[in-house]
Amino acid sequence: MNQQIINPQPIPLKKELQLQLHGVDVQFGTHLALNQIDLNVYAGERVAFVGANGSGKSTLLRVIHGVLPVSNGQVHWQPGVQQAMVFQRPHMLRTSVVNFVALALWLRDIPWRDAKEQALLALQQVDLQDLAHRNAKTLSGGQQQRLAFARALAVQPQCMLLDEPTSSLDPHAKRDVERIMEHSISVNAMTLLFSSHNLGQVKRLATRVIYLENGHILADLPTEQFFHQPLEHSHPEAHLFLRGERV
Amino acid sequence: MLWSVVARSLWVSVWATAIASVFGICFGAWLAVTRFYGRGALLTLLNTLLALPSVVVGLVVYLLLSRSGPLGYLGWLFSLKAMVLAQSVLVFPVVAALTRQCVEDADRLHGEQLQSLGAGTGLRSLLLVWDERYVFLTIVITAFGRAISEVGAVMVVGGNIEGFTRVMTTAIALETSKGDLPLALALGLVLLAVVLCLNILVAALRSWRLRVDGATSDPLQKAWV
Repeated sequence: MNQQIINPQPIPLKKELQLQLHGVDVQFGTHLALNQIDLNVYAGERVAFVGANGSGKSTLLRVIHGVLPVSNGQVHWQPGVQQAMVFQRPHMLRTSVVNFVALALWLRDIPWRDAKEQALLALQQVDLQDLAHRNAKTLSGGQQQRLAFARALAVQPQCMLLDEPTSSLDPHAKRDVERIMEHSISVNAMTLLFSSHNLGQVKRLATRVIYLENGHILADLPTEQFFHQPLEHSHPEAHLFLRGERV
Repeated sequence: MLWSVVARSLWVSVWATAIASVFGICFGAWLAVTRFYGRGALLTLLNTLLALPSVVVGLVVYLLLSRSGPLGYLGWLFSLKAMVLAQSVLVFPVVAALTRQCVEDADRLHGEQLQSLGAGTGLRSLLLVWDERYVFLTIVITAFGRAISEVGAVMVVGGNIEGFTRVMTTAIALETSKGDLPLALALGLVLLAVVLCLNILVAALRSWRLRVDGATSDPLQKAWV
């Protein structure tokens, strides 16, 4: 485990409800990708979605982010809550690094000149300020993921959504990206919702773990309890997943 | 005589390609990101128009521009403007269909991320067009190649009038029928040289783009490069 990563301390929750999902279904043709999802997320929580491939983690994040419509149910964000998402494989536009970040701000009605200034500040947070004028497409995988994170940070979200943010990176880049993300999220006191196959990363970053299988939530537990208490009777599917029999 | 024919060919084809590209890219990009009832039928029609016979285009434009046609008042028949119009109609489906395919593929891969930034349908299509701009240069050059090598439509609406509407392709057809094969061959060689220059331009663009962007791992872009 990377020593630079600080184990998250349980954040004293203000119990301020930020996000509520009620009876959410998502159907792709005849396949029910999410089935009756009910979920409350409070400000400052760090929620990890875990589960096998096809369990519905990414779909759930996309529904929460609002880029995928629900078939049934409701997703309700508290008014005024800004949220941003970093995708598993961020698409780099054919432009400079600073313009790539500034575009996100410009699309939120910030004048272009101000957007570029704010973009440079966001790039400093992920140590990419020296590459500000390089073509975004020429960056390495780890740098691209940091850039995508900078773009998400630039809009100053209260809630950050990360879809397997380090799954396509090599171990060194993975540690690097995770350290930067963890630091920024702590400093900005953001709510974090992320999906991951990396259980070590889940232990390091999350305060709450939600286990999904076939579009259902089958366990929703504090991280400590999910990893260190016997689940074979209370949550047998999650228990099998932790033993590596459901991946 | 030869160079005036070449210049006229280039003038007609450049204008036709420019007009068809503006409308074709806008229409194709819009079609790529919007969903509506009857879209499938429209796509089938557009793809069918890719194989549009040029003499049919010539005939339709002729009927439109003829004295008794709806556009007869323009007085364009047997003029370079009529030839530009005919070639634009011929090339428009090429630009629109290729643009639609390119933007739709890009939208499938990246549209969600642009949507995530707050880009609506129109802005998303514009951003995707901008992002794929080098592909559009290739599409435009392909369209120009189709326009400059076309003979049927310009023959019908232009009339192949010497010193006025005669272009390379119609001149080749005429000289061949007259038996002046050396001149027909010379014109053919010039036409080939123009097409060769286009291919060199495409290759230069490709290598410049690879130099600027570095090797790309994006399968879509690889397919289009």
